[in-house]
Amino acid sequence: MGKRTIRVGYAGNYREVEVNTPDAEPAPWDANSKLAVVGKRLPRLEGKDKVTGRAKYTADVKLEGMLIARVLRSPYARATVKSIDLEKARKMPGVKAVIEVDREVRFHGAPVAAVAAETEAQAEDALAAITVEWSVGAHVVDLEEARKPDAPRVQGGKNPNERGNEAQDTATEDACRKALDASHSTIDLTFRTPVVTHSCLESHGSVVRWEADGSLTVWDSTQAVFAVRDGVARAFQLKAEQVRVLKEHMGGGFGSKLGMSQHTVMAAKLAREAKAPVKLLLTRKEEHLAGGNRPSSVQRIRAGADKDGKLTCLWLESHGTGGVAGGAWCAGPLASLYACPTRRIWHADVMTNAGAAAAFRAPGHVQGMFALESAIDELAGKLNLDPIEFRKRNDANTLRHSEYGEGAQIAGWEKRAQLRGSAGPGKARGLGVAASIWGGGGGPGPQVRCVISRDGSVEVQCGTQDLGTGTRTILAQVAAEELGLTVNQVRVKLGDTALPFSTGSGGSMTAPSVTPAVRSAAAAALARVIEAVKGSIPGCEATDFAARGGKLESKTAGVSLGWAEACAKISGANVSEQATRSANYQGFRDGTAGCQFAEVEVDLETGHVQVLRIVAVHDCGLVVNPMLAESQICGGIIQGLSYALLEQRVLDNATGRMMNANLSDYRIAGPKEIPDIRVVLFDVANGRTNTGVMGIGEPSIIPTPGAIANAVSHALGKRVTDLPITPDKVLAALGKK
Amino acid sequence: MPADRPDGISRRDFLTVTGALTGAGLLAGKSSAEDGAKGKGPAGLGPEAVGYTLRVNGEDRAVSAEPRATLLDVLRNSLDLTGAKSACDRGECGACTVIVEGRSVYACMMLALQARGKEIRTVEGLSRGDTLHPVQAAFIEHDGYQCGFCTPGQVMSTVALLEKTPSPSPEGIRAGLCGNICRCAAYSGIFEAAAAAAKAK
Repeated sequence: MGKRTIRVGYAGNYREVEVNTPDAEPAPWDANSKLAVVGKRLPRLEGKDKVTGRAKYTADVKLEGMLIARVLRSPYARATVKSIDLEKARKMPGVKAVIEVDREVRFHGAPVAAVAAETEAQAEDALAAITVEWSVGAHVVDLEEARKPDAPRVQGGKNPNERGNEAQDTATEDACRKALDASHSTIDLTFRTPVVTHSCLESHGSVVRWEADGSLTVWDSTQAVFAVRDGVARAFQLKAEQVRVLKEHMGGGFGSKLGMSQHTVMAAKLAREAKAPVKLLLTRKEEHLAGGNRPSSVQRIRAGADKDGKLTCLWLESHGTGGVAGGAWCAGPLASLYACPTRRIWHADVMTNAGAAAAFRAPGHVQGMFALESAIDELAGKLNLDPIEFRKRNDANTLRHSEYGEGAQIAGWEKRAQLRGSAGPGKARGLGVAASIWGGGGGPGPQVRCVISRDGSVEVQCGTQDLGTGTRTILAQVAAEELGLTVNQVRVKLGDTALPFSTGSGGSMTAPSVTPAVRSAAAAALARVIEAVKGSIPGCEATDFAARGGKLESKTAGVSLGWAEACAKISGANVSEQATRSANYQGFRDGTAGCQFAEVEVDLETGHVQVLRIVAVHDCGLVVNPMLAESQICGGIIQGLSYALLEQRVLDNATGRMMNANLSDYRIAGPKEIPDIRVVLFDVANGRTNTGVMGIGEPSIIPTPGAIANAVSHALGKRVTDLPITPDKVLAALGKK
Repeated sequence: MPADRPDGISRRDFLTVTGALTGAGLLAGKSSAEDGAKGKGPAGLGPEAVGYTLRVNGEDRAVSAEPRATLLDVLRNSLDLTGAKSACDRGECGACTVIVEGRSVYACMMLALQARGKEIRTVEGLSRGDTLHPVQAAFIEHDGYQCGFCTPGQVMSTVALLEKTPSPSPEGIRAGLCGNICRCAAYSGIFEAAAAAAKAK
């Protein structure tokens, strides 16, 4: 380790800090770095494949003799299979394998059996030929019903459906009551958020092939090829190296594809029985029922502030359901965003007979930030304080203060009071704001290999994943920067467990975790090229070799070689260097800030809310490619808008079934809902890794629902506390229903 | 217009359609009377595969598929044209959009048999060698995608829109593409790409 002094911070707020960095790593990029390729708006490397239809997704994999699998799923929310007859299905045309999966089902859509046949239609016919004798049990799908002492037990036995937990180091109820009693202003509001599904356009799916030597090759639509590999190896008692998982392109994950899923095991069992490769893709309905979801929440927030607008108490009592499995914790924002002397958090996970939750883009934070920022606006109203001013008085993060300033100017915050009535008859406009907070600094683990061949070609290899975030492209940019090349001179291979290890792509972790290892590997490989060049010059002791503009140069040696010419000095086929991501340095700041402003127009007759404009101000350390960062931010905003206004899983209490398991009744924002979006990115030199890159996938969705809810409240003069903010709730708030 | 069906026939009208086709004598080796006698229902076609020809991207392609196969099935599974994607399989998302007789169509909602004798264009047929169609080039330049799964459908809807309305307004672009869902929500880039491609023409 060596000490290095670097310049960190952001415009108008820079300072020098000393960081300890591993000797093998190149000097960290900081505010003084002049970068040629990093920071450019470059199109995605795989763009041509995506627009021509050549990009291959798991759904597009076709193997010799491959069968298609389909899954029989429970029509009941709670039932036991008394008997099942698979024989007729086995004899159906084209059917090559039939397996039983489970006899106990705890939600509508739980797998019961699976078949593999030569065609999809034959597999579906075979499912219809399976007869099941059911013993139907009592179910509970409603969150509040499930909390009652006499509710059917989701996990059976004596296990209660509700599991309460109390955050450590939080204030007692008494302390909270005292703090609230002593406050100048208080609020006590309850917010509700629905269960929503990821609805990735490419459903979960695998293609599985058993090889002659007993090993397995799995093509999976996944955010984590190594996690799938390890899961499959465990399920079939294989060694990890006997399983190879591949994922070149994937059609969306958003957190729902971070581990091995049951479909992969079913496909592998069918493939073993059929002695043929099997493709198993979930249908849209299955995806809704069993592909994961964001848990619901009910959040009671009691909060107080003193006469100076300083928070005195934040007290959250929350519960929510992630179905048969998965926590519904959503206290992150309330626990971390604002300074507050008295804070209490109590939460319960409630089990219901519904599909299990999965991580979903900023788990917990999306629902938590909506409630917290709604509550903060209400309290600001009680104090008669401007919502931004109130936030700033309680927010120690000066970066976010600057972001509020920038966003307020663009959004026209100072004209907010006049905006309300500016919409014309029968309509009202409103402007709202909300904050973001997230980690996104990444962590150690990923390994990257950089191979430079004698012909000058460069390949970056890493078993990470590009989810559509642009990982391929930014890794190439980082390597090109280090090697003084253009991005098109670098090939990136990823999505394969035969490549060096990488962690799953979740938590906005990929860019910050992988880019530093790319830099280290590229720098190490470059050092080998320089060695080779020096070795070709008798007596050369120069230490000032640098790769710039496609050349390798040394002033003291008087050398200037073109890249290909320099690489031709390599002895052997290539130089290959591998680097591992080290731990984060103690640089400028951990985590990302950010804030968003929403302008909405509400139709007071119909209750329809149209979001007109979002101004999004974010930071994610060093921005490798502003165009791709903006795309991710726009995606987060629109998913947040969709969550705020449209999406909700609807379960029928009587049957326990999902009533909108498709893409028309389960509404998702489309072209007509898209607002004008203005993205502002603060360039922050954070000095926490050798690239200083941070993730932006999750920070961008966190503030949107709260900003929209606050804008609607501003427009109406009434608050809607339940998401989604559908027209009926708007009219109810206006007293028209 | 969003992707729609030129003839208003859905695959749920399968029996009617195949019956009509059979009645028109378009399917060699079968007659409704024969199959009706075998107890296969009024249409009498299938379940066995039948052979026919589809004109895809300017080429005649021989197909053997069950009569119930959708155009999407046949494109993806028989002809290895996997650009069009299956995401909802019921005409709700637009990932399978192709162009039939100049109009954007959800390929999952049309029987392949219905497309016989018609000009079918898929995303694979847009570029000429290495030269991309202006809409494809605009999607790359304006980052009109993220994961790319819906992209072939978005591209085909944009092509169909611009062929019908060469200079659409911003509202016209939204209306023209409102049959296509992008869950990554790359809409800003998609709209910019459509506008840029319209100008490029």
